Amino acid sequence: MKPPSFVYHAPATVAEAVEALAAAGADGKVLAGGQSLIPLMNMRLAAPGHLVDINHVAGLAEITAEPGGVRVGALARHAEVEASETAHAAQPLVREALRLVAHPAVRNRGTTVGSIVHADPAAEMPAVLALLDGSVRVRGPEGERDIPAGEFFVGPMESSLRTGELAVSVFFPSARGGTAILEVARRHGDYAMAGVAALVAPDHAKVACLSVGAVPVVVDVTEAEGDWKRAAELVQDQIDPEADIHATADYRRHLTGVLTERALKAAADA
Amino acid sequence: MTTKLFGEPVRRREDARLVAGNGRYLDDLGANALAVAFVRSPHAHALITGIDVDDAIDVEGLVAIYTWEDLPAGVREPLPLLIPHPALTHGRTAYCLAKDVVRHVGEPIVMVVATDRYIAEDVCERIQVSYEFLKPVVGLETAVSGPNLVHEDVPGNIGAHMIQEVAAKDGRATRDVIAAAPHTLEFRLDIERSACMPMEGKGVYARWDADDRSLRVYSSTQTSTSVRMAIAAKLGLPLPKVEVIAPDVGGGFGVKIVHPWPEEILVPWAAILLNREVKWSEDRREHFISSAHERAQVQHVKVGFDDEGHVLGLDVEILHDHGAYTPYGIIVPIITSTQLLGPYKIGSYRVEFFSVYTNTVQVTPYRGAGRPQGVFCMERTMDKIAQYLGKDRTLVRAANFIQPDEFPYDQQMIFQDGRPLIYDSGDYPESLRKLKDLIGWDEFPLMQSKAAEEGRKLGIGVGCYVEGTGVGPYEGGHVQVTSDGRVHVSTGLTSQGQGHETVFAQIAATELGVPIEKVSVVTGDTRRFGYAVGTFASRAAVMSGNAIALACRKVKEKALRIAADALEADPADLEITDGMVHVVGAPSASIPLATVAVLSNPLRYAFDEEAKRATQFATSGSMDKPPVAEGQEPGLEGKDYYSPVRSTFASGMHAAIVETDPDTAEIKILRYAVVHDCGKMINPMLVEGQIHGGVAQGVGGALYEKMVYDEHGQLLNASFMDFLMPYVTEIPFIETDHLETPSPLNPLGIKGAGEAGVIPVSAVIAGAIEDAEKIVIDRMPISPSDLYALRDSSRTSGAVSRLRNTQ
Ligand SMILES: Cc1cc2nc3c(=O)[nH]c(=O)nc-3n(C[C@H](O)[C@H](O)[C@H](O)COP(=O)(O)OP(=O)(O)OC[C@H]3O[C@@H](n4cnc5c(N)ncnc54)[C@H](O)[C@@H]3O)c2cc1C
Repeated sequence: MKPPSFVYHAPATVAEAVEALAAAGADGKVLAGGQSLIPLMNMRLAAPGHLVDINHVAGLAEITAEPGGVRVGALARHAEVEASETAHAAQPLVREALRLVAHPAVRNRGTTVGSIVHADPAAEMPAVLALLDGSVRVRGPEGERDIPAGEFFVGPMESSLRTGELAVSVFFPSARGGTAILEVARRHGDYAMAGVAALVAPDHAKVACLSVGAVPVVVDVTEAEGDWKRAAELVQDQIDPEADIHATADYRRHLTGVLTERALKAAADA
Repeated sequence: MTTKLFGEPVRRREDARLVAGNGRYLDDLGANALAVAFVRSPHAHALITGIDVDDAIDVEGLVAIYTWEDLPAGVREPLPLLIPHPALTHGRTAYCLAKDVVRHVGEPIVMVVATDRYIAEDVCERIQVSYEFLKPVVGLETAVSGPNLVHEDVPGNIGAHMIQEVAAKDGRATRDVIAAAPHTLEFRLDIERSACMPMEGKGVYARWDADDRSLRVYSSTQTSTSVRMAIAAKLGLPLPKVEVIAPDVGGGFGVKIVHPWPEEILVPWAAILLNREVKWSEDRREHFISSAHERAQVQHVKVGFDDEGHVLGLDVEILHDHGAYTPYGIIVPIITSTQLLGPYKIGSYRVEFFSVYTNTVQVTPYRGAGRPQGVFCMERTMDKIAQYLGKDRTLVRAANFIQPDEFPYDQQMIFQDGRPLIYDSGDYPESLRKLKDLIGWDEFPLMQSKAAEEGRKLGIGVGCYVEGTGVGPYEGGHVQVTSDGRVHVSTGLTSQGQGHETVFAQIAATELGVPIEKVSVVTGDTRRFGYAVGTFASRAAVMSGNAIALACRKVKEKALRIAADALEADPADLEITDGMVHVVGAPSASIPLATVAVLSNPLRYAFDEEAKRATQFATSGSMDKPPVAEGQEPGLEGKDYYSPVRSTFASGMHAAIVETDPDTAEIKILRYAVVHDCGKMINPMLVEGQIHGGVAQGVGGALYEKMVYDEHGQLLNASFMDFLMPYVTEIPFIETDHLETPSPLNPLGIKGAGEAGVIPVSAVIAGAIEDAEKIVIDRMPISPSDLYALRDSSRTSGAVSRLRNTQ
């Protein structure tokens, strides 16, 4: 459980980071909190030749209120975002969801942007971003662009980030309605077997489901018209969960239904 | 300041060191040692057809690569079968490095030594091993029914077959008794694999002194003395030239009593060969796939009983999965077979087990060591009888209890130590009474029906066990009082966090009448104590505790004799308080124990002020007698051993209230209660600590942990990501109450407490879930996904039996 050797880069600016990443090409990886990447490297499941450590890059840890939402920088740790009143005021779902991400020790180190870029379909923050139609701001050799959540997640652990690009921040929009997130994990802080983030606005309702597809599965349930049991059935029809050693596909589908109903109810009451 | 510390909740003296990060574990030692990594088999069953190191030899920092071919004579042999047994007709052990065949994923094939572990792993990656695949054998029932063999020369994959039977009083065989019983039940139970999973994996660090021709080995082991003998024997070294030390050890739970592990031989061997310090510290993946697991059994049970629920006959057939090898013999199924009887008098009993090879990691004892399976069997049986008769589950248990006036009680079987299974003492009815009080057993039905009105599902479960603890053959203790008044205690067995530095010091302080601050304790260091068995089977307190007490008594006797001379008093009139020997009732006529230590050693040379007192012109001894009297030894020290006739039997009962979510099938333990009897408690706080840790592991085994092998013999969850050891957030508050029924077998009246907590948990939780769900629970562990599936099939097909409603 020791990684093979790699070249370590410690850029001080975003420009240097992008340069190092561009030079490394497909052989380069960003190191943020390391809570996902380091275990993969230790198990030799990932073996990047170049590691671009962004922990020394200035100006990436900011959490700023912007019109219509909150922007979270690439070095803002889960714990900082969780504690941030700015983030909470803009979108209470962020704090609520972060409390379900791992444990305090992991949240002290892991970054919210890292977790979104990592694009684990079982992770909470990608689902939150997808539910809220947020976006990811990236910087690459060709400059900066914003990628909408709907285009960002393309597969399990796969995002539309291009080789050489650095995610500098994500944007969580505020919502006009209530939100909630619920999940069932085997142990406290584990990746969930199923989870549902819900948004109920005056004119529409939708959910984002985790752990039941290759990417967060967003389902518009406006047509259920407040009948959340019916909404749960709509969601169950749209998902195609897989079995693993912790849960059968059947159980995941069932859980997603139960959680959809509960989360929509909570969001409506929020 | 009192010195009567036996029985007091003294705080753990080791914690300041361990909690502040000042412990010294194996990997903290030998910072400059060469590092070892292994190429381990990625396949469950294969012939090794070639090993190609061409790609690897150029790696900078590589020191050596070894395969089986490179090993010297003693090391080429299969590893020892530690506990032979006549029923183990086909015992098999592995080689240090695989020879021709691999029989489980993780078996070591090539040893790599390099300047650091990173490089060693780089080298491993570049070594190409070619294989010819053999059919893997996975799963107990496949193993006994299928044509594929784990070992070519072991037909049916059956390593051991054993039948034990205790006929009815009238001589009838168990099966006849059951056939004639008023009621009978028949069912199957399944328990899956878990593992010890100590926080610290195994590890070995060896230093060879080429000039002195001596070897020092540090190993994260539960038995340094026996590792030492194994190393000396395998490497052909004179025993006095080998030292083995267990440094701070981050948990063992059984896996580190197995020895010698291949690495415990290979690392010292390489250190000598290379004349360099060499170290191997196991990583978590290695621990998952190449150490040991336990628990997996399938049990077929038939029971006959009367209207009161008295068990007239019990017939249990066990398939026990012992993985690819049997280094620890068949201790686990023997313990299951014998300890299954618990606190009960069973009319007649027949138990038959088949110990079966599979292409999986070997099975050796894990805390509880076969008892959780036995207790699961017996307690599920009790629940089923109660259910069948419509009786309260505690009443059926009580009807079968051995009564307090029936001790010593002979279960007429042979226990794991080869000695009769005779319970020394206990009070089971009182335990049950306390437990029912603690959990509120009689009030629960009301709570349950109230919850039901709110749509909540609550259930209660109970489980009882008896645990043979303190198995022999012996342990020893050495106690020395030095002229500075310090008391040095040593014992050969090892510590893995139990708190031995505290309890052994409590015993010594109490016996000698010295402040505990004066007492230091060393364990598991062969430089200090050469004879020992090891720490396992809840034996350390019983064995070494008593040995240390006996050694202290020798020291005290000598101290009083010397002090009596000095004080011109009768030794019978003397006692020791706070480190001062004084005449009873006359504290001024006294002499410090430190001075007694000085006087105990007649000197020629005064190396300090104190020592002057013992020199030849200072003492006033008789000129007609030698300075060291005949039969005496210089120094204030004593050594003694404790060797019991047989084990002492602790007992306990647990109860739990669980809640199951009607929608998500999540299972939550609302309350967990334990009544525990380990005889006299040396330190109730440490006993509780042991119980808490045990229950936590039990909860793991009941609700979270299992080793998931696929049909190819791949362990699918070989990491803490997917092997779900419970976090502290999964463990309920544990309520405890104690009972102290002293053991008549040893001077201190104590029984072991180390394993107890883990033993009945699966049985208790299964009973509680069954009570909440009214669905039969015969397989553990159980996950929410499993429970959901059970609900589903009991709803749709009736394939899973529903309980009759007894309300
Ligand atoms: C025990 C444990 C439990 C966990 N449980 C959960 C859980 O329940 N839910 C959950 O969501 N997560 C969980 N995690 C993961 C945790 O949230 C991680 O911190 C997170 O997924 C990744 O964040 P990081 O900053 O650590 O990223 P890193 O590990 O540093 O990187 C992860 C990946 O993202 C890339 N990356 C990171 N930042 C950037 C960037 N700015 N630009 C481009 N690429 C980038 C890296 O190159 C790498 O490929 C758990 C982790 C652990 C160790």
